[in-house]
Amino acid sequence: METIPIPPVDWSAITPILVVIGWATALLLIDVFAIPQDRKRVTGYLAIVGLIVAALAAIPLWGTSSVTFSDMLVLDNYSLTLNWIFLLVGVLSLAMALDYLPRQEIEQGEFYPLIMFAVGGMMLLAQGTDLIVLFLAVELLSITLYILAGFAYPRLASEEAAMKYLLLGAFSAGFFVYGIALIYGATGTANLFAIGEHLASPAAANGENTLLLVGAGMVLIAFGFKVALAPFHMWTPDVYEGAPTPVTAFMSVGVKGAAFAAMLRILALALPTLRPTWVVVLGGLAILTMLVGNIAAIAQTNVKRMLAYSSIGHAGYILLAIMAIDAERGVQGFLFYMLAYALTNLGAFGVVIALEQKDEAAWSLNDFTGLWGRQPELAIAMAIFMLSLAGVPPTAGFVGKFYVFTAAWESGLGWLVLVGVLTSAVAAFFYLRVIVRMFMQESTYVTEATAEARVVGISEAKDASPLLYRGLASGITVAAVGAILLGLIPTPVVVLVERSMLALAP
Amino acid sequence: MSQLGFPLLSIIVWLPALGALLLLLVPRTNDELSRRASLGVSTLTFAISCALPALFNPALPEAAAPAMQFVDQIDWIPSWGISYNVGLDGVSLWLVLLTTFITPITVLSTWDSVHKQVRAFQILMLLLETAMIGVFVAQDLFLFYIFWEFTLIPMAFMIGIWGSENRIYAAVKFFLYTFAGSVLMLVAIIALYILHRDAIAATTPGYVGTFDFGVIAEHLRSGSFVLEAGLAQALFGAFFLAFAIKTPMWPFHTWLPDAHVQAPTAGSVILAGVLLKLGTYGMIRFNLTLFPDASLWAAPAIGILAVIGIIYGAMTAYAQTDMKKLVAYSSVSHMGFVVLGIFALNQIGVSGALIQMINHGLSTGALFLLVGVIYERRHTREIGEFGGLWKVMPIYGGVTLLVVLSSAGLPGLNGFIGEFAIMQGAFMAYETGGARILGWPFVAFAVLGVILAAVYLLRMYGGAFMGDVGNPENAQLSDLSRREIVVLGLLCVPIIAIGLFPNLLFAPMETSVADVLHTFTGVVAGR
Repeated sequence: METIPIPPVDWSAITPILVVIGWATALLLIDVFAIPQDRKRVTGYLAIVGLIVAALAAIPLWGTSSVTFSDMLVLDNYSLTLNWIFLLVGVLSLAMALDYLPRQEIEQGEFYPLIMFAVGGMMLLAQGTDLIVLFLAVELLSITLYILAGFAYPRLASEEAAMKYLLLGAFSAGFFVYGIALIYGATGTANLFAIGEHLASPAAANGENTLLLVGAGMVLIAFGFKVALAPFHMWTPDVYEGAPTPVTAFMSVGVKGAAFAAMLRILALALPTLRPTWVVVLGGLAILTMLVGNIAAIAQTNVKRMLAYSSIGHAGYILLAIMAIDAERGVQGFLFYMLAYALTNLGAFGVVIALEQKDEAAWSLNDFTGLWGRQPELAIAMAIFMLSLAGVPPTAGFVGKFYVFTAAWESGLGWLVLVGVLTSAVAAFFYLRVIVRMFMQESTYVTEATAEARVVGISEAKDASPLLYRGLASGITVAAVGAILLGLIPTPVVVLVERSMLALAP
Repeated sequence: MSQLGFPLLSIIVWLPALGALLLLLVPRTNDELSRRASLGVSTLTFAISCALPALFNPALPEAAAPAMQFVDQIDWIPSWGISYNVGLDGVSLWLVLLTTFITPITVLSTWDSVHKQVRAFQILMLLLETAMIGVFVAQDLFLFYIFWEFTLIPMAFMIGIWGSENRIYAAVKFFLYTFAGSVLMLVAIIALYILHRDAIAATTPGYVGTFDFGVIAEHLRSGSFVLEAGLAQALFGAFFLAFAIKTPMWPFHTWLPDAHVQAPTAGSVILAGVLLKLGTYGMIRFNLTLFPDASLWAAPAIGILAVIGIIYGAMTAYAQTDMKKLVAYSSVSHMGFVVLGIFALNQIGVSGALIQMINHGLSTGALFLLVGVIYERRHTREIGEFGGLWKVMPIYGGVTLLVVLSSAGLPGLNGFIGEFAIMQGAFMAYETGGARILGWPFVAFAVLGVILAAVYLLRMYGGAFMGDVGNPENAQLSDLSRREIVVLGLLCVPIIAIGLFPNLLFAPMETSVADVLHTFTGVVAGR
């Protein structure tokens, strides 16, 4: 019998993923057998260590470019930079969860390895160059998130969120698989490089490619669900509101970033020749997304929902960068924006977590009223995040928007840039509203804890406010300092993303 | 590094921000110490900035690009051609000095007008000073935009936290109006950068582009970078809109009365004294220099808007019973003069506009302080509540008369110089560049504006200060305290000095203004 030849595998290309997944698997067991029920926090610390080790393991790979597993996985600087961003997202989310879970009395050791698995899925999305691998990665990511969204189990909203995400996730997975099938039918391959080559050949240029267009459209819809582009965004506010806040924070930057990363690679490797077609479709989606996200956010009084809509709006801006991949700065702009957005949005959710009490849906705008008087550091951090999300200098968000808009203008998307700046002017309103609440209105709001404190004779409301635990405080600090530094001294990151080239051929 | 061998200008820009950082070390509850520290830092900044006019060389030879002095340049984001680049010329010289002069005076006035969260207020004030000076000296478009936008944050907080009842509405309106105006300027900056880069890269492959304003202006003049007329007009419009909202020009002025009335006295002084000038400065520096043809094209229309602003502001001011509102609307009128002078596009008009910017900063700043003085004592600003104040508070009455006359443009005081030069410029602009842009009808309306200014200001003065002390509540008011005398006395010095020796101000700006107007062929006729 003839043996099936096993293609040579370059394990070094997936070292960071291996570290993350391996560590997470081991941690699941360690958590069950070695860590006592009341010390689950240790699992969290170990998970953070694992992610940091993975980030360090990726450093020697910088500058190398290799394709392995029969061209199904690639390691290039683009994916490495993304891996670092995702690992940072994972670390910050875990740091915030360390405080959140015990306070909500929903701490289970599995939470931390699950986040690690999700990070592994995100990294795989950044490195995959085959539609099947991308599908596996999306599922790895999504399945862990179905669990995580429902992690606050007895709370109905959390269950609802998990259910909704599961149903729509399954729906979009269907689109994805069907799309892959049609693309395979049209081109005879699921490999991105091969699809690109096929389309570049003169035969394909003249031939009929309806099948491929439909397939590509379906894949696009699947990603549209994942990154929450309008009109595939309907699930976002409900799921973001219901899921435990650290999970929401993680989803809003992690899932979005990873799905966009894969989308960019598909468009750049497989479909560059179809750019005139998809630029129209995506352009329409981008305009719709920017409008819907930013305008709907105005109407929200629940901060978590407001951040959900704002993240939809930001998906529109990121899409501008993705569409500009023919310009040199498109990829760079995407990476820079992702980092800026990740820091800022995680930080903003961090502040929401800090204000969130047990059994109390403290997400109303009213809870921010007079925060400046109660917890000035927290208020200043939130102000930085809001200004950065609005794109006001000197913050990371401004440089990110500047980068993306420049890239989009270079690739001839002037009209979209115009919509982009106008919607950011609209967006300034609801971000500013949070600042107004925190700084300019006196606190009339009395928490239960404050009332209790008054009874026992502690008059200082400040003492009664939820304490900032170390993990959360350091998470917020890192995000706030990062958001300012990236705005003032963007040069190191600009240099990094300028070297983060996409591998365009195997 | 500058010609001095050390970064004088950068020190002036960043010293206040450094002071703001140091203020964080002051205990939050120690109001007196944070006020003193803030006063110390801003006074030191002013003292250092006095070296600028002393070392300024007024007669640099005419160069291809706007000739900047005290230039400090360091690469910031090299691959984008963005650098930290500050410099000073005759256009910005006096505006920088105005900023460093007004800020310590404003800080001094906070002893009487800011009573809560003093440390936070002083920190914002110092950050604002850095941002304002930064706008006047930034020579890189990216840097300029950052400073420009950053001025919004401290000011919005000042209005929103320390303002009166309706402060939040005013703060939000102020922020959103100016932010919305600026985002289009951001698009214009990006577009300019890319157009310029592509134009130069056509002859010099691999050119990464630049945000350096001087370089772009130089290439525009030498003809190696040409903007198509329609495009230039669109870019002109995007820049102009941002500046017109900030100035504010009619019909974009509606945020101003709200902001002024709600802001604390110190905020109003800074707003009127310096922030409004950012807009008109931008028009001179960017609109005129980068888009001369579009400026010529738009000048008549802008002149009409400016004249409407002059008359509208004056008439609305006349209708006010609240003194602070009256002063706020008078700002709309006075800034209309400035815009009219700028778009006369000749030497005397632009110089007059610059002088008027300084004068308006001094007199209107002083007027807001004076209104603040009486408001602290009586907690009302209605003219009808007062009467005969001169009898009760003679020093206050005298100072107010001087400032009112200066604002109304009495010859011998500073206001007259600027308005006269602007009207002369507008009159001569009859044939600038071979085209009729302004001319006597504009001057006629401007003169009407001057008369109206005298009417509404003297009506306010007459109502509040002359006659008998009708209201018994006013009978026991104390006259100016020593601190208030210092604050207002300091402002009166330049008010008189500029009126008597205007050439001290005119001389250093002459070369730079000529340089800005370089491309308008009618410059010589305008002189």
